[in-house]
Amino acid sequence: MYGNLSIVDTPAGQQAADDPELLAAFEARIDRGEKIEPHDWMPAEYRRQLIRMIEQHAHSEIIGALPEGTWITRAPGFKRKMALMAKVQDEVGHAQLLYSAAETLGKPREAMIDDLLSGKSKYSNVFNYPALTWADTAVIAWLIDAGAIINQHTNAKGSYGPYCRALARICIEESFHLKYGYDNVVTLATGTPTQRAMLQEALNRWWGPIMHFHGPPDKVSQHTEKLVRWKVKMATNDAMRQEFLDTYVPKIWELGLTVPDPNLRKNEETGEWEFSDPDWDEFKRVINGDGPCNAERLAVRRMAEEQGRWVRQALRKPNHAYVAPLS
Amino acid sequence: MTIQSLDPRITRAGIPSEDSRPLEPKEDLDQFETWEVFHQQKRGDFSEHVGSLHAPNAELALVMAKEQYARRFKCVGIWVVRTADILTLNTEDEDIFATNAEKKYRDAGGYRVGNRVSAFKQQQAQAKSEGAA
Ligand SMILES: [Fe+2]
Ligand SMILES: [Fe+2]
Repeated sequence: MYGNLSIVDTPAGQQAADDPELLAAFEARIDRGEKIEPHDWMPAEYRRQLIRMIEQHAHSEIIGALPEGTWITRAPGFKRKMALMAKVQDEVGHAQLLYSAAETLGKPREAMIDDLLSGKSKYSNVFNYPALTWADTAVIAWLIDAGAIINQHTNAKGSYGPYCRALARICIEESFHLKYGYDNVVTLATGTPTQRAMLQEALNRWWGPIMHFHGPPDKVSQHTEKLVRWKVKMATNDAMRQEFLDTYVPKIWELGLTVPDPNLRKNEETGEWEFSDPDWDEFKRVINGDGPCNAERLAVRRMAEEQGRWVRQALRKPNHAYVAPLS
Repeated sequence: MTIQSLDPRITRAGIPSEDSRPLEPKEDLDQFETWEVFHQQKRGDFSEHVGSLHAPNAELALVMAKEQYARRFKCVGIWVVRTADILTLNTEDEDIFATNAEKKYRDAGGYRVGNRVSAFKQQQAQAKSEGAA
């Protein structure tokens, strides 16, 4: 699961100039619709942005497993417990696939995990919110995963081969997450008044984070023209948010649920959804560490890291050398 | 103060909520070896490369490969091989394949005999009818 991608170009003056001939060949390859593979020549900026983007995506998967993982011990019924365990395992598996893809660009996995723990590297903001009830897990699995799928399908058409391959595997599993989440939502929505109320409250709590999910509006995001040309950034935040609203708001409404935004409507003339601006100051505050669960999320990862250290050390062989994954 | 979580397991773990200890620096290469995974989806198929993983030895690499690449859908076999043991061609040498498309003499499509047989048969028929006349 992944959202709020915030790619920023390094100011032109700070980048070493790329060899114009190699750059032209690289860009021609992308224009022909061919993928870039790990050992190809690539501009330093392409490599840097991809590492940053894939790494953040990987962190989001591994941290994203935590809010839902909270409910494994208390899932209502054996079948749902099995399904939730499967989903949470998938999310951790997604992190592994993505770390591997980022490693092919030259950053070892342990270095990425260090940067996650130190706060240097970010993850998707939504996972800094708690899953207060079982209905929250249903809303997460349905709507947060839905947002992630839009993002991942979009990025799967990008130019970097290993990232596209990882995303293709991930998207197949995400379709199970989406269906599983929808199933849980429908169970609650068609259930008792108490269950319906619990679901509506969860949706109310998550609507803000959901609207934040695809990142700040394009009018305030940075200049990314080169990243679009290099097929690193494949769609604007606004376009992905529109796609999300267009697919899922009708499905939310048909269950008799309300969306906590009185201004949400589709403008039939423009075909665009109109909505109240989500609180972007809150988004910034939470991303910078001041959310309800930031401290817990990182502390839990750190505990796993520190308590697992003796195992890693016991299994290590002195003659091991780090080798990046092949592709 | 320890972290009070919605997850009782986390609360019980007693994780300090303010942890200002610096992260213990990792030893160089505090990371397992890298392995490449191949799976065979059904008998008769080639074993295809599906991705990589980190594991401390071959046995655990197989266990991880099963969890990571074969926990759903059909699969009848898995291979793992140390990434370090794989030899690959440099991508800069990709041009050694550039002339493949020109080697028509290696393709079935490079051989067109039908027209020549038809021409021959026509010629034969003509010769025969001229001989009869
Ligand atoms: Fe995922
Ligand atoms: Fe997911």
